[in-house]
Amino acid sequence: MSELKLKDLYDGFRDPATIRMLAAQIGEAAKALHEPLRIMEVCGGHTHTIMKYGLPQVLPDNIDFIHGPGCPVCIMPKERIDHAIALARMDDTILVTLGDMIRVPGSQSSLAVERAAGRDIRPLYTPMDALKIAKEHPDKKVIFFAIGFETTTPMTAALLHAAIAQKVTNLYFHINHVLVPPAIDAIMSDGQAKINAFIGPSHVSVITGAKIYAPLPQKYSTPVVVCGFEPVDVMQGILMAVRQQAEGRAELEIEYSRSVTMEGNVKAQQLIDMYLQPRSHFRWRGIGDIPDSALELKPEFAHLDAEKVFAEVLPTEPIDDHKLCICGTILKGLAKPMECKVFGTACTPNSPLGSCMVSSEGACNAYYRYAGVLG
Amino acid sequence: MCLSIPSKVVSVDREKNTAVVDTMGVKREAGLDLMEEGSVNVDDYVLIHIGFVMNKIDEEDALESLKVYHEILAKLDEEERSRVVLEDDNCENRGAP
Ligand code: SF4
Ligand code: SF4
Repeated sequence: MSELKLKDLYDGFRDPATIRMLAAQIGEAAKALHEPLRIMEVCGGHTHTIMKYGLPQVLPDNIDFIHGPGCPVCIMPKERIDHAIALARMDDTILVTLGDMIRVPGSQSSLAVERAAGRDIRPLYTPMDALKIAKEHPDKKVIFFAIGFETTTPMTAALLHAAIAQKVTNLYFHINHVLVPPAIDAIMSDGQAKINAFIGPSHVSVITGAKIYAPLPQKYSTPVVVCGFEPVDVMQGILMAVRQQAEGRAELEIEYSRSVTMEGNVKAQQLIDMYLQPRSHFRWRGIGDIPDSALELKPEFAHLDAEKVFAEVLPTEPIDDHKLCICGTILKGLAKPMECKVFGTACTPNSPLGSCMVSSEGACNAYYRYAGVLG
Repeated sequence: MCLSIPSKVVSVDREKNTAVVDTMGVKREAGLDLMEEGSVNVDDYVLIHIGFVMNKIDEEDALESLKVYHEILAKLDEEERSRVVLEDDNCENRGAP
């Protein structure tokens, strides 16, 4: 029992009877489709659920999943991780960040390797702990390497707010908060992926509201369903998307109404607006540069911005994944992991070559573990 | 993977702007910085993420999902249960889409 992981617990949400019932309803509704439904699940959490529960197997052939850009950990380009490493190597510095980021390889090292080599790198349980650490070590520079999509951004803003209010001057921020809608836009306007429906992740919308997807249905004639992570949620979301498509509708709908509203958490949004603004460019690991797809500190907080204050130690060269890696193609919905020549051989979860294998939410990682491709 | 186990508010400290919440028997403190003043009260159900209350959950929905979690977690001993709860709460990728 000691090896029990959250992911096993998740099994409890697999109610076979409900899933079968929903599969039957989807099968019925899908008969009315004029063309196959190619659904992109933007979030790695959804990819995981879909693979783990074998949902493609219970769905009709004219429904296909396209895996989206996934997880903040997967899409962090190597040069940003190199930033974290360079900052951690400075004298009298404590680098703090949230869990998984510590394992992710940069171009030559990772934060885990650096920590083993004696650098002061600490995982946080909550961003607020960064404030405590900064106060306990007034003689050190404490640098918060902030990651995450819209869901974790307000927590960073709350930390900024508290640090400024409490006049803590030795806490700096390296901001890597990325935004979902510009990524979707980039994939759709590229035009190759031929996606005709989306299921949107619920946690982002708890903060932003479902409204961030409002332009998509019209612009690309695609249904968007904001959806929870349990298998039953995903099946329900698919049913809603199929019905829309069959009836010729392209609308924004919320499946996960138990915590998502159109408006989201307005207080959290205001807090973000106080401190952060869109960044003109951010390179997504595997995908490349997407304009306005991330946030940065507003100019008036430049003195807290680790990218500005410590600019001279930060490498600037963009660094791509391994040449053989086709993550970019996968993330754009143009290939499946098994089509990669090194999938499961040179590239595995223990020694990932590309972003899609790095995080447990990545598409290659999910295929590796659940698709049974490797027996 | 985010399970999003609902937590129940046990007490609120207006001074510090924090709440103590109970998640399946595991108690911890969470910041109220993202919530409108006065909007979170004792006995409310909330969703926690990396040490903050993210939003409130309708009581009926919360009780429904808690029933499912209870069935699963009943099989674990205390230590495992608290680890699972904290791990969920700390799902660093929840920032994900
Ligand atoms: S298997 Fe590895 S190298 Fe191939 S696409 Fe996936 S992450 Fe990239
Ligand atoms: S880790 Fe993410 S990608 Fe994973 S379920 Fe949590 S929100 Fe989503």
